[in-house]
Amino acid sequence: MKLATHTPGALETRLRKIRDEGRKILVPYITGGLTGWVEAVRGAAANGADAIEIGIPFSDPVMDGPIIQMASEKALRDGATPNSILHELRTIDVAVPLIVMCYYNTVFRAGHDRFASTLRDSGVVGAIVPDLPLEESVQWASAADKSQIETVMLAAPTAPDERLPRVIDRARGFVYAVGLLGVTGERAELATTAVAMATRLKKITDIPVLVGVGISNAEQAMQACAVADGVIQGASVVRRLLEDGPDSVATYVAQVRAAIDSPIVSNR
Amino acid sequence: MNAKPVPTELLTPGADGRFGDFGGRYVPETLVPACEELERAFDDAWNDSLFRTELDDLLREYAGRPSILTECHNLGAQLGIRLILKREDLNHTGSHKINSVLGQALLAKRMGKKRIIAETGAGQHGVASATAAALLGLECKVYMGAVDVERQSLNVFRMKLLGATVEAANSGSRTLKDAVNEAMRDWVASVETSYYCIGSVMGPHPYPFMVRQFQSVIGKEARKQFRTMCDGADPNVVVACVGGGSNAMGIFSGFIDAKTRLVGVEPAGGAAVGRGTPGVVHGMKSYLMQDEYGQVQEAHSISAGLDYPGVGPEHSYLASVGRAEYPSVNDQEVIEGFKLLARTEGIIPALECAHAVAWIAKEAPKIQGQTVLMNLSGRGDKDVAQMMTILGDKLD
Repeated sequence: MKLATHTPGALETRLRKIRDEGRKILVPYITGGLTGWVEAVRGAAANGADAIEIGIPFSDPVMDGPIIQMASEKALRDGATPNSILHELRTIDVAVPLIVMCYYNTVFRAGHDRFASTLRDSGVVGAIVPDLPLEESVQWASAADKSQIETVMLAAPTAPDERLPRVIDRARGFVYAVGLLGVTGERAELATTAVAMATRLKKITDIPVLVGVGISNAEQAMQACAVADGVIQGASVVRRLLEDGPDSVATYVAQVRAAIDSPIVSNR
Repeated sequence: MNAKPVPTELLTPGADGRFGDFGGRYVPETLVPACEELERAFDDAWNDSLFRTELDDLLREYAGRPSILTECHNLGAQLGIRLILKREDLNHTGSHKINSVLGQALLAKRMGKKRIIAETGAGQHGVASATAAALLGLECKVYMGAVDVERQSLNVFRMKLLGATVEAANSGSRTLKDAVNEAMRDWVASVETSYYCIGSVMGPHPYPFMVRQFQSVIGKEARKQFRTMCDGADPNVVVACVGGGSNAMGIFSGFIDAKTRLVGVEPAGGAAVGRGTPGVVHGMKSYLMQDEYGQVQEAHSISAGLDYPGVGPEHSYLASVGRAEYPSVNDQEVIEGFKLLARTEGIIPALECAHAVAWIAKEAPKIQGQTVLMNLSGRGDKDVAQMMTILGDKLD
């Protein structure tokens, strides 16, 4: 295993501490701008989320399945903009780190430096840009570094072994292990690629490894956490927010928290 | 507008996949290895004489190449110019799309893929993909915006007849842009077994370059044929319609080093180069119609094939260096252009190409006596039902 050579930022330090204390990391995803999203963020923070990923809706979300597409379209129709969402984050006052998920055109249009400093000023500590692979990430990554925004890199099951160390080398905060071949969304079973991907990554890095995409319920979160340091849950959270409102998000987060804290997982 | 054309070199992008500032490979991490694999596979195939011979044979014996040049004596006389058409409409399946699709389907087979995915706007690329899949024994899935499924129902039926599965894209504007999104989502999930057969000079590297190479047959033939027809001269102007821009890049590529004015005609409601700003979507950095926050705007055009808010990166490059110009025409002008070519020459153009006709008719007073080569990239059969609805009894 290769030890990280960068100095961990606020997000990574926090997640490393949780991991080193023997706990699993839970990161729910919530589409910004949806009715009740701010309440949902607070509810998730109060019920066991270790960090929260806020999605900035984009017109053409190619990495997202039907639920998050629908949420993005709805938020955009209701007038959400990157500015309106980041503005609300300034006053949200939750005790967990906030990470933004946005497609690259949102960053590019705003300008790398301006976007990074706006994130920082809004209290955001991390960013995930799913359509910005390693080779295209230089400009953004350097702007993000300057503003202390930790850029989470995605590692996919299709990556050959020689590629993973280069991706990890640029990862800050944590490594996002893509759990399956496909876009975000709920699946009946946890894909075998989820644990396989976490295993490949854990062998070669000490940065926290979180599995996301296709982690659809508490049971699947437990299965992924048998190897991974934690999970990211998107569609299952957003679907609850869309269907039943923010309280259901809080209940769900508490349920997943309890599941991944159960002795079966920690005593692996 | 009427600037002197400056001959330039046809670019071959390097490892970063760029044409000047444009292009690149902005795809989810899952697809990066697939793009790299494709880049190597294409490079290998393109330099393999056996592959090239196989492709040339198919283009000749299956697609019907070379396509001919037709001089429009009536319309030319009426407009005061010498107008010559490159007849890509006469290719098998009715458009230039077959050139790239045969190349890509052969490549897919060579790469061991069993299934191809395609997006389509007007349905021409979908039909061409379904055709090549039927010929080469590949499974084929075509994504088409729900709005386009409606207005191009004939092509939907054609694709099904050829054995393809057509899936309506119901997200966003439900047109070409959303069909591309759905195709990319499919590809993310099926990348190990499927080949994404992109329909234009767009998408992540190597697609814009690769599709241009496959379409460059148009320009190569046209340059030679034009010289034969016009005593060794090159045309003053080359005109083509531009949505994603593959037929335009195909013909431009043959004249990029000539003293020929290159004109790509965009629809007024989808003028990515003319009215857009640089942005990143569908894997590439290029001109894009977008709002102040980078949300991609919906294009509106009478022709489904040009209903796209972006454009291939090489066009953005050619515009940025001033080598090509990108004016636009509105739907009404297009309808007039459509009728004009039908009435004067007995050729019903695709609505996409009617954009080029419309621009030529408008520009004619400024280019009197000049030679104009227009890429007639598709035939209008697919548009007849739509035009019947639009024109109805106004057709006199």
